This record gives sequence, structure tokens and C-alpha cells, in this order.
Amino acid sequence: MPSVEAIAQTATAIAQQLGIDKFDIYGSTVDETSVEVSEGEPKQVQSSNRSSVIVRVWNPQQTLGVTSTTDVDENGLALALKSAQEASFFGAKENIPDFSPEATKPTAEVTPKLGELATVDKLIENLLQSEKALLDAHPAIIGVPYNGLEQQDVNRFYLNSDGALRQEMRSYAAIYLYGRTEQAGKRPRGAGALKISHSLADLDIAGCVQEAADKTISHLDYQPIKSGKYTVVFSPKAFLSLLGAFSNLFNAQNILDNQSLSTPDSIGSAIASSLLSVADDALHPSNISTEIFDGEGTPTRRVPIISQGILRNFLHSSGTAKRLNTQPTGHASIGAKVGVSSHYYHVFSEQPTTSTSEVFSLDEAESVILIDSLQALHAGVNALQGSFSLPFDGWLVNRGQLTSIESATVAGDYLALLKAIAYLEPESEITPGGICPRVWVKDLAITGE
Amino acid sequence: MTSTLLLSQELPHLHYPANRDRFESSWEAPLSTLLGLGRAAGADFLEIFLERVNYISCLAEDDAITSLSPRLSTGAGIRLFRGKADCYVSTNDISFKGLQAVLEKGLSILGLSLPAPQSYVPQINLDLLRDYAIAKSKESWLENSSSMREMGDILLAANNALNQKASHAQSRRAVYFRDWQEVLVAASDGTFARDIRLAQSVGFNLLCADGGDRSSLGKRVGNTSDPDFLRTWDYQTTAAEVAEATGKMLHADYVESGNYPVIMANQFGGVIFHEACGHLLETTQIEHKTTPFIDKKGEKIAHENLTAWDEGLSDKAFGTIDMDDEGMPPQRTLLIENGILKNFIADRTGSIRTGHPRTGSGRRQSYAYAAASRMRNTYIAPGEYSLDNLFDSVDKGIYCKQMGGGSVGATGEFNFGVSEAYLIEKGKITKPLKGATLIGTAKDIMTKISMSSQDLGLAAGFCGSVSGSIYVTVGQPHIKVDNITVGGR
Repeated sequence: MPSVEAIAQTATAIAQQLGIDKFDIYGSTVDETSVEVSEGEPKQVQSSNRSSVIVRVWNPQQTLGVTSTTDVDENGLALALKSAQEASFFGAKENIPDFSPEATKPTAEVTPKLGELATVDKLIENLLQSEKALLDAHPAIIGVPYNGLEQQDVNRFYLNSDGALRQEMRSYAAIYLYGRTEQAGKRPRGAGALKISHSLADLDIAGCVQEAADKTISHLDYQPIKSGKYTVVFSPKAFLSLLGAFSNLFNAQNILDNQSLSTPDSIGSAIASSLLSVADDALHPSNISTEIFDGEGTPTRRVPIISQGILRNFLHSSGTAKRLNTQPTGHASIGAKVGVSSHYYHVFSEQPTTSTSEVFSLDEAESVILIDSLQALHAGVNALQGSFSLPFDGWLVNRGQLTSIESATVAGDYLALLKAIAYLEPESEITPGGICPRVWVKDLAITGE
Repeated sequence: MTSTLLLSQELPHLHYPANRDRFESSWEAPLSTLLGLGRAAGADFLEIFLERVNYISCLAEDDAITSLSPRLSTGAGIRLFRGKADCYVSTNDISFKGLQAVLEKGLSILGLSLPAPQSYVPQINLDLLRDYAIAKSKESWLENSSSMREMGDILLAANNALNQKASHAQSRRAVYFRDWQEVLVAASDGTFARDIRLAQSVGFNLLCADGGDRSSLGKRVGNTSDPDFLRTWDYQTTAAEVAEATGKMLHADYVESGNYPVIMANQFGGVIFHEACGHLLETTQIEHKTTPFIDKKGEKIAHENLTAWDEGLSDKAFGTIDMDDEGMPPQRTLLIENGILKNFIADRTGSIRTGHPRTGSGRRQSYAYAAASRMRNTYIAPGEYSLDNLFDSVDKGIYCKQMGGGSVGATGEFNFGVSEAYLIEKGKITKPLKGATLIGTAKDIMTKISMSSQDLGLAAGFCGSVSGSIYVTVGQPHIKVDNITVGGR
């Protein structure tokens, strides 16, 4: 891809030719390589170098047109600007996005973490070793059907015709392992683990193997569970996935679109147990995917969302912030309709642990369900109704003894769940999607046998 | 004869005037040179996939157009095989230099390198271009599709119709997209084929709220190969159906979890077969050893009343293709006949690795993905029963009239959300229910589909898997599943 400066220069020249006074461009280049292995042999290697840009054009009536393209040479940019100009006359007539007022404000000082790209041979070697280690972990593990080791360099930028121009580069490496077991007379079971880092060199491959092995083995000798109401302990990953699925609660665009259980007046209302606090923090040091600006060029920052159960802030683009008379928060995803999305959740409790007669220890509690991961959120979550009914991987826990659950779903209302939070464990876990402790919730409906 | 006398060192000086705005026979020379270069370097097989996309989506929310979003895309991917190992490299740069760079990268991944400067580079003799775009007036599809203005006008009129028919409407959305795609496939076995595709989809999403009760439902239709699709969309009927269903579900009780017999509606009810069984008949699953049907060809895997097909041929259906993304015409593939497993769905790689014959099912979302074995139009064949027969056989059960999404895990367990459900008591529908999820395993449920009615219907859908999101059709007549776990409250 041409340099960002060259794109800015070319786009400006073409815009002048087309009579376009106001435009902005968000783009990225992704250079990635991934490998997959099967039974001790390399299976497939995929590699790509792709660029794409989204061009927004405002016409003299100040209505907006957008076009995205993968052609970032002069011809491609010209076509995109022309197409966006044409689209501008047929798009939205109200609540039209504008440049972010913060598109030229300084971003956080974050040193980009660029890892050295490993060779494909090195990737394959590491993944083959991981596959073997997982297979060797237990005789019942008969395969690692889903696995992958990937590395990625991402270069993203934002520029506009008012002179904003910012870019950042990041490197990522990730490994995924899913072990599958078979036991005589039993259905196959499996479990996976994912680790992400900035480069292959600092990727916790051994930890991924260990986690995948432990989880896979723990699902042997599974048992059915009786349907009923249980105290449920969500793993950090499970709780964060549910939080993400119901993010329309604090997504300003969803709220303005009437696609949320919240309204603009919900700020200040108690929506959860006072034990729960949630922030979104793109700049958290544990966030491998740190982004210092959003799709509109707005600097990212830490945004408290829920404090001690009280809804404190929504996540905003510049457009939603303007409509709700507040400041953008750096959560915009650029497009014909600007979206809002989270970066990296931080779930914690601001309340000190108090003594209680209730037992909140897996070593002591009886008949609680520990949910490791929730499945099929796209199918089982109805975010507009606030309800969920989801299959899960987990265990029935009795005084520290874990028994894998054969097949079950957990169901309920999300707002009721937030209110029913009984305990947040003191230790938090760093996951790719955020930081979170295990969360205890009372009286959730479980469907088993 | 110059094609066989090309020296590797001449490559940097070659100039190929291939038409970047249209994939046609002028691409033969550069592609055959690249394929020859790859073969000379030691690759056993190579395939080049070129793609151009002109996509646009339009969203109407309540009484305003809030998004009109064109997307232009060009790219290519090269797949190389050495033995059973393969790699896939993709790029936005479809110039000869760009493609050569991609080829070199792929070769290096497989431990190969370009021939020495003095080496001859044989050109691959590509077949005469099989141009599927010359049929059905495909060359004019793009220009004859709805304009931006038409899209906006129709969606606003549709949303207005929905407003008139719905009560307690909190938000109304009408969504349309048009995906025009031109593809060219060239492979070292001589394959050289071109196609133009046009996929369109339009539908509603309605959210109703009344006090603390809320319900949201949607309905979408899809089409390939009809530029007039949006113009002829019967949004009045669709609006009435969506408004009625959403209204019924607004005050519905939550379903009580348990095991029930269920009757699943035709059309999109077929998603259960797609997810629970169809995916397990893709050779990709055999490669991963994640299908229980891996060695069951010729054996009984389903109820004797069940016959199922996967094909790419139904007129204008959402999963219909004139050639797959590996240049092969689609087949009508009999998957299950009277409960007996007859065939798997295979792409080229799946065929190489599993031995099952190719079925014209190599599909991908875009040039960014290698093709994989994927479904097209997949459905359960109609049976002999009437709808009354099915309902009369249920004393207490659930009627799943509209399915939400679903998925199947690596161990064959599936789940589906039911967006519109009703309680059946003594053969009659008695009340609406919400919050139901169907849970089971493919192996179990296939033996429990005991009755099929005669009313086969197809519905458009989207399928996400290893090679991205593709357009498919699911379908079935009304079917009865004798017993299934229903997750609820």
C-alpha cells in the first residue's frame, strides 16, 4: 500500500478534481500468515497482504456518502471518491456524521509493540510440537481437529481534509488448540484454548497446550445434569462474552436507534448489583489489541460504564456524543452509518469483600455450576429482548470436585442476571477480550435432562 | 511456440495487457505463464482465483435512509499444492507483478523457489475459456439492478407498509444488499472458467415493545440472477407476516424447558438439517475427523422417511451457482436417500484428501479465502404426510414456526434458537412461546425425523465456515422430530 502521506496527497488532488471539499479516509493494511497442522503434518498455510480504505465524502448540502474499496492506487481512490460522492445524494438526511472534534487532538503516548515476524517453518514447527504435546497429554485425546498459529502486522490510519492524519502499527501472534476426546460408550468431547501476544517469541504456547489439555481432560467422564435453578459461576471468558453480547445496554448508537433496553435517560440508574463495576479501556496495558484512535480519529481512553451497579456512561462516536450533548469516547467504527463498539472490558468490584454466611468458594460450595464458555451466542442471545438461552461447556462443582456436564443450556434475562450477581472473586484473569474475575450469579435456569 | 521457450530471466520484462476491468480471455497468457512458473518450481498443482466485487447495501430505519454503503473490491488468491500440503496466498494487487509476488511467496512457503534465470518456463495450456457469464444476460446484470434512488424509495415504502400493519412498533428496519461478483479461475490442470454472479437479499426487522414485554422478529428473502428482484419484492405480504408474528410473540410466555416432540415449519426450518447434518457431510469435516458419518457411506444414518439433497441448480435460489469457485459446474448431489448416506459434499482439496468425488461445491466468501467444501441449496425432500397428520400425532409439543440462527460444534452437538414458537396441545396450536432453544446431536436427531409433509419450501440463508460467509438455501417440508431437548426457563 502507498504511504499514508501519499494516500492523503493523492486523495486531496483527486478530490479537488471532483469538486469535493470535505472528505475523510480510514484504512488499514494487514499482513498475515497462518498455519494449520494435522496428525504431525502441515495441513494448510494461508498468507495474505491486503489493504482497504473507507472513503467518506460530504457534498455541498453536507449530506454524506461512503464507499469502501480494496484498490488504494490512484485509480481505486478516484473511483471510491466518485462513488461516495454519488452516494452522498441518496444517503441519510438527518443526524449526518461530521469530523470528530477530537480528530486532531493528541493521542495517548503508547509505544507500538512490533514483534519480529517468524518464518513459516518456525510457525509450523511450533504448532506441530503443540499438537504432539496435546495428544501426549492424555490417551483419550485422539485429535486436535482445530488448531492454528497466526501472526499479523496491522497498519491503520485516519486522515481528513481538515489536516488530521494519524496512524499506528501493531503486531499480533495467536495460537489456538482444540483437543477432541473419545471414550468407549461416550460421545466425543472437546475443549480449546487461545493465547494472544505481540509476537511468536512472547506467545505463551506452553500455557495454551496446558490449558487445552486440562480443559479437554476435565470433560471426560461427563454426566447429565438435572434441569433446575442453580447458582452459576461464570468464568471470566464466559462473563465477558455475555457482556459483549448485551453491549447494546451501553452502546449509544443502539440506544439512539431504539435497539437497546436502555434509553438516553438510563444514565444514573441502577442496572446491576452494587458489586459490579465495568469500564472499557482500550489503553489498558494488558490489551494486546490496543488502538490509540478509533475509526473517526478520536483518541481512545478508559471509560467507566458501570460503577457499583450504576450505569455511568455510554460508549460514543462523535455523532452520538453530539446528539446526546456529551464528548466522544473513541469507540466509533467508521462506515455509511457510524457504529459504536467496545475495545477491552475491565470488570471489577469497587466494594470491599465483606464477611458473609454464604459460601463463595468452589472448594466449599455445593451443587454450583461453573461455566467455562458459552456457545452460539449469535443464536441464543436476543439482545433486543434482553433474554438468552445458551448451551455451555462447564462443570458441576461439589466441594472442589468438578464433574463435566454432558449437555445443557443456561437461560435467563440479562438485566435480572446483573442484579443477581452475588459475588466477584478477588483474583482477575487477563483474557484477549478483557480483564475479569469469576462472577457468581444466583438462581439461573439450567436445562439438562 | 514462444510460450515454451520463455526463460525465467525474461519474466521481469514481460508485459501482459490483461484487461483489469473485465476478466476475459486476455488473462490467459499471464495466468498460464504464472501457472507454468509454479509448476516449473516444483508445485504439483496450482489454482489462481481472481475476483471483482461491486457491492452495495442500503438500510432504512423507521422513515429514513440511514445507510447507503457501496464497496468495491478486487483481489486474487493463488493456491499451491505439494503432495497433500497446500498453501493459499492472497492479495489486492492483480497486476502481473503482484500475482508473481504472491506466487513466489506461496512457493517459498512450500519450500520451493522460482526456477533459475536460464530455466525454461513452460506455459500451461489452459482450456478454451468456459464463460458462464454469457448466459442469462449476466453482462447487463449490474447496470439493470436497482439504482441507489430506487433502493431508498422501495425500502422507505416497505417500512411504511410495516408501520401500517404493526402495533407497538418500537423500531422498523428494512435492509437490502446487492452483491455483484465477477470471478475467473485458472488452474494447472487446464481449468479456465469465468462467471458473473448477482446475489440480492432484502428483508425486515421489527421490534415491538409494550410495557416490559418486547419481541423482535425478522424475515428476509434472497435471490440470485434477477436484476428486478428488489423492484418485484412483495413487501406488503412480508410486512403483514412479520407484523403478525411479532405481535403474537410480544406477550408470549417463556417456554418451559424439557423434552418435547416438535414440528418444524418448512422453508427456514431447514436450517436444522443444514447445521446438524449438512455440515457433517462436508469433506472438510472428514479431514478434521469431526463427523460421526466419516465411514457411514452406504449405511443407514437417518430415519427411513428422510431423503435429502444438496444442489446448486434451483432457479434463482440463493445458493445457486453456475460454477463453483474452482471452476466446476455444480451437481445435484443426493446426500441421504430413505435414511441411507449416499454422498458427501466435496471440493477439490477434500476430494484429494478423502477420496470422495468432487461435487461442484468448492466455495468461498472472497479471494481472501481458499475454497472449501460448502453447501449450496440443501433441503429435505417432501414426504407423504399432510400437515394435519403431523399435528394430529402430537399430544403435547412445540411448533417451531420460525428458526433463529444455530450452530454445530466440533463434537456434533447443535443448537438453534427458535424465534417464533407455539405450544401444541392435542394436535392444536394453543399459545405462543418464546425463549426456546433446540439442543441435540446430529446422530440422534437424524433418526428421530419421523414424518415429512408434502410442502417443501426453500429459504435464503447465510452460512459461515472455514471459507467465510456464503449464500445458501436451506429448506424442508414441515417435519416432525419425535423428541428433542428444548432449552427454556
